[in-house]
Amino acid sequence: MIDSLINFFNTPWGVAARSLIYLGGICGFVAANAAYLVWVERKGAGRFQRRPGPTESGPWGLLQPPADGIKLLAKQIMAPPNGDKILFWAAPLMVMAPPLLCLLAIPFGDNILARNINVGLLMVFSFGSINVMALMLGGWASRNKYSIISSARIVSQNVAYEIPMLLVVITMIMVTGTMNLQEITLQQGGGFWNWNILRGIWDFKAGHIGGNLLAPVTFLIFYICMLAETNRAPFDMAEAESELVAGAFTEYGGMGFGVFFMAEYGNIVVGCALATLLFLGGWQSPIGTIPGSWGWIGTFIGVGFFLAKMYSLIFTVVWIRWTFPRTQFYGLLNLSWKILIPVSLFTLLLSSILLKLPRLF
Amino acid sequence: MSLIKETVFGFWSLITGMRITIKEFFSPTITTHYPRQTLPIPKRFRGHIELKWNEETGRANCTACGICAKACPSDCIELEGIKPAGEKGKAVTSYHLNYTLCSLCSLCVEACPFDAIQHSGRYNLASVSNKWNHMDLFDRYKEQAVRAGKTPFIPEAAVVAPVPSAAPAATTPAASADAAPQPAQ
Repeated sequence: MIDSLINFFNTPWGVAARSLIYLGGICGFVAANAAYLVWVERKGAGRFQRRPGPTESGPWGLLQPPADGIKLLAKQIMAPPNGDKILFWAAPLMVMAPPLLCLLAIPFGDNILARNINVGLLMVFSFGSINVMALMLGGWASRNKYSIISSARIVSQNVAYEIPMLLVVITMIMVTGTMNLQEITLQQGGGFWNWNILRGIWDFKAGHIGGNLLAPVTFLIFYICMLAETNRAPFDMAEAESELVAGAFTEYGGMGFGVFFMAEYGNIVVGCALATLLFLGGWQSPIGTIPGSWGWIGTFIGVGFFLAKMYSLIFTVVWIRWTFPRTQFYGLLNLSWKILIPVSLFTLLLSSILLKLPRLF
Repeated sequence: MSLIKETVFGFWSLITGMRITIKEFFSPTITTHYPRQTLPIPKRFRGHIELKWNEETGRANCTACGICAKACPSDCIELEGIKPAGEKGKAVTSYHLNYTLCSLCSLCVEACPFDAIQHSGRYNLASVSNKWNHMDLFDRYKEQAVRAGKTPFIPEAAVVAPVPSAAPAATTPAASADAAPQPAQ
């Protein structure tokens, strides 16, 4: 049955059906994540402060996201009278696009993948940058001083953090030799010592020194940049509640605001999924390889591993938020330009030397 | 070199911070779930004043001497009393407290020579109207005595003492005092 289904998905009609399944699945996945990560955030915030978090609606407050959604939907949405209406409403649409598009190339399991793009990594990063533009436009079109300040901050913050992030990703591409995310995952099979975070130091499969000696540092830089790119604490200068009301979203009400909020969590999902794929072996098991003969059961176990890794990274995002206070803007830019960029440039140089080294002797 | 040292040390301090918060994450919560749970009110809590009464006889200690009203710097106490038939001393018949003026200074409690006033433990008073701020403590005493299974002592006299014209209506405050949330006492 499954074989005939796979055959059907390779016919022209099947490709169309696959697009629809992708659309429905990804929209559902992003929406569910966005809604329930808010719950995770609030519950986590509570627990980190020795409070119970949401408890009133449903068991353990699990009905809180639908309640919030209904509340947001019931609110009137309006644009500020002197703002740019078109750009104002384009921003929430654009901000939701990157998480939806980027999940196209992300392999959840060995067969669970919307499209196996051979430049998947490039695609994710090119679309990921739309998020910044959407936030900037939203703030700019609001005609509000807080929003404008927030927009300026978003741009300088993202310019500063895009550089080390891309340098780190270039290092990873040099080590893996491919931009195909499924290929990158397949390379990391066979146990946690083969994941890129450790394979960079010593390549157990090939039995020689790895291509990226500073791979754990690289992972850290990637993770810090991901936090800054998604405007998460301690880098949430864009939405600094205590000084900028709600940053770029100040003038948005109801679901317009809700979309920005959901996109933030959608971007966290994409960022953590990328960190999992690039460094933590994606859907690969931490011990050994899932046998191919297990078929669909193996695939689902792989999906389980992928989601477990991804959600533990997301939990760390929440953990970081409720541990550290917001940094100053100078501190944020200094961290990027003085530490992250030099270190990531050094790793880039080091791995290019290490990769060329065997050919020199 | 110092930059590297600073970076490594700073990173280590971040890890320490995260270790502390995750320890808190897995500890039990320490909040009181207010409407369902309440903390015990400390004995020295200063709620609004109330009349003390004798548990055995069911009679209020107040003799309507008016020292509390004189001691009050905010002038928020007005009380009346009569001589009950066949008794020597006076007994209180209405004790009006204007809670909007009261600053809970406790001077009335200190001034009372008969140990007749105490602070109540009511801490969650809230209402949409301002009526309950004018309370008749004699009505409160009557309710408390009835709740404790005692017959409240209501002095009756052959000759009623002259009523001051400024005395507020005694019925409204008690009725609206009930509208305010009552803590378990």
